[in-house]
Amino acid sequence: MLDATPPLRLVEVRNLKMHFPIFSGLLRRRSGEVKAVDDVSFDIYEGETLGLVGESGCGKSTCGRAVLRLYDITEGSIRIGGTEIGDAGYTTLRAMRPTMQMVFQDPQASLNPRMTVARIIGEPLDEHTSLSKAEKLDAIYDLMDAVGLNRNFANRYPHEFSGGQRQRIGIARALALNPKFIVCDEPIAALDVSIQAQVVNLLEDLQRRLGLTYLFISHDLSMVRHIADRVAVMYLGKIVELAPRDALYASPKHPYTEALLSAVPEPDPNLESARDRILLEGDVPSPSNPPAGCNFCTRCPKVMAVCKEHEPITREVAPGQFVACHLYDEEISEIAGKTAAHEADQSIQQGE
Amino acid sequence: MTEPSLAPPPNQSPEQAPDQAMAAPRNQWRDVWDQFKTHKGAFLGMIVFGLFIVAVLIGPFIWSIDPTYIDIRARNQGPTFAHPLGTDQLGRDMLARMMAGGKVSIAVGITAMALSLLLGTLIGVLAGYFKRLDGPLMRLTDLFLALPLLPLLLVMVMLFREALAARYGPETGVFILIVVAIGITSWMQTARIVRGDVLALKEREFVLAARSIGTPSRRMITRHILPNVLSPVMVSATLGIANAIITESALSFLGLGFPPDFPTWGRLLFDAVDYLQQYPSRVMWPGLAISATVLSVNYIGDGLRDALDPRIRGR
Repeated sequence: MLDATPPLRLVEVRNLKMHFPIFSGLLRRRSGEVKAVDDVSFDIYEGETLGLVGESGCGKSTCGRAVLRLYDITEGSIRIGGTEIGDAGYTTLRAMRPTMQMVFQDPQASLNPRMTVARIIGEPLDEHTSLSKAEKLDAIYDLMDAVGLNRNFANRYPHEFSGGQRQRIGIARALALNPKFIVCDEPIAALDVSIQAQVVNLLEDLQRRLGLTYLFISHDLSMVRHIADRVAVMYLGKIVELAPRDALYASPKHPYTEALLSAVPEPDPNLESARDRILLEGDVPSPSNPPAGCNFCTRCPKVMAVCKEHEPITREVAPGQFVACHLYDEEISEIAGKTAAHEADQSIQQGE
Repeated sequence: MTEPSLAPPPNQSPEQAPDQAMAAPRNQWRDVWDQFKTHKGAFLGMIVFGLFIVAVLIGPFIWSIDPTYIDIRARNQGPTFAHPLGTDQLGRDMLARMMAGGKVSIAVGITAMALSLLLGTLIGVLAGYFKRLDGPLMRLTDLFLALPLLPLLLVMVMLFREALAARYGPETGVFILIVVAIGITSWMQTARIVRGDVLALKEREFVLAARSIGTPSRRMITRHILPNVLSPVMVSATLGIANAIITESALSFLGLGFPPDFPTWGRLLFDAVDYLQQYPSRVMWPGLAISATVLSVNYIGDGLRDALDPRIRGR
């Protein structure tokens, strides 16, 4: 996917910022903002799965939702299939909705408890197609078949299903309009392990059959390793490393990625006890008040003086592997002076 | 139920009728009705309320004594065959007055409740859903809550009674006036409850999912928000009928409502209060009618709320 055949970029995200204002005080003045997603750029190629990993609260879900413009983004550009939707109005967005869909984290909360399965799956069809009642029902049954739901369940309500079945309903709804791009926002986090495998296999199977492109958000590194083609690691609103899956898991470059990977348990108890884990000290800083310089400098085991002063630039350290870390600056001292100049091409470098 | 595999067998459980798979989605209201029937209190309440409606609508044709006919020689009578519920201090037949009064009281109750519900839900949903409208609309609600009810009603009656009476006739004019007066002074509770619920619902993921589909705001409200705020609305609706009937009686008592000779349940009750010691039954009948109506409506609301919730349905 790197150089051999340049595949089509379905999703291009540039300098995406999503800041939520904080209001405080008697007059509810704007006193600051939570930088949930702060200057993120990446591409997703057609037919691939980009895994987005990171710990809780690092802005993964916000990033996924912002890419679909479920939020009004603060800054940046999002192009899906060549159409700019970063600042698009309601009408443009509505026309774009069929091509981009979302599967939600909590299958219980993402289904309206007062609608039957048929109505839930049929809602996108109601909104965007003018099928007759019978055609719509046929389409709903086809979708239920596609995600492995018994057709007899069409008249039931969400509370009558297990978590895995509910997630299938959510997937069927996302598939209803034949989207090209689906954001999977931790679709398996609320399911138990045996069901996780089923849902992930279903997602992979659908990807093969329908040529879907996924942005797969998860905190489960082993699941991402299974499903993703490339992986982006987020920390405190920024992408710290973006690399092809095998390269990332074989030789993580960013200290945070190393720490994250070392937290994945090893099934072999002998290896597990021999392994030395990287333990991070302290907590994630508040996204409303990120540290100066590198966001990770407060917890980084390899922290240097420069990290606390200058924000690292994203650079390609291996083919397709992008890292934002001062460890990979050729001449740290020289870079310090050039930071401003480099920030300008940051967007071009990242995700190429 | 086990998870169906990727390629599901055409019919997973053989004991299920094969044609069920092809059955069109059932009408939701049928499910609601099926569940409603199983709620004993609600079913009974509906029968009682239905009987009251039939009695006040059809009763006057069978029991054709004019409720305003004064027979001064037959005053203050107890129950007889000629007057099953007795007569009042002017010799008017109580049964006929009860039926005529019930028609007005129930009509006022239902219409005023519908109006206040409509206003309350509308303002609550708008305030909860559209952030920009929240401040102004809720301050308006606070303003209405702070208004002293009785002086407001006095002013309304003083200003509009003559105009409405001239336009629609004395009875219809007063009816409109009372319904509007009760309606616009009782929507605030509903609005506040609905706003709170909408604020919570708006953040639920299924609303976000609908937004990712591109559902416009108006359909988002009718499809996702309103059905889910139905329970509190239903409760305030059933309590609203009772409140409206009682407010109407209070207004009539103060001479602000219908003319003194025009029977309503509230009017009958207050007329009879003077004779409470001598003829307690005359207080009892209208009181009983009001209580029975309110109770049956409350039970209907209760049953309807349960029936409309698919999570409770079928239990």
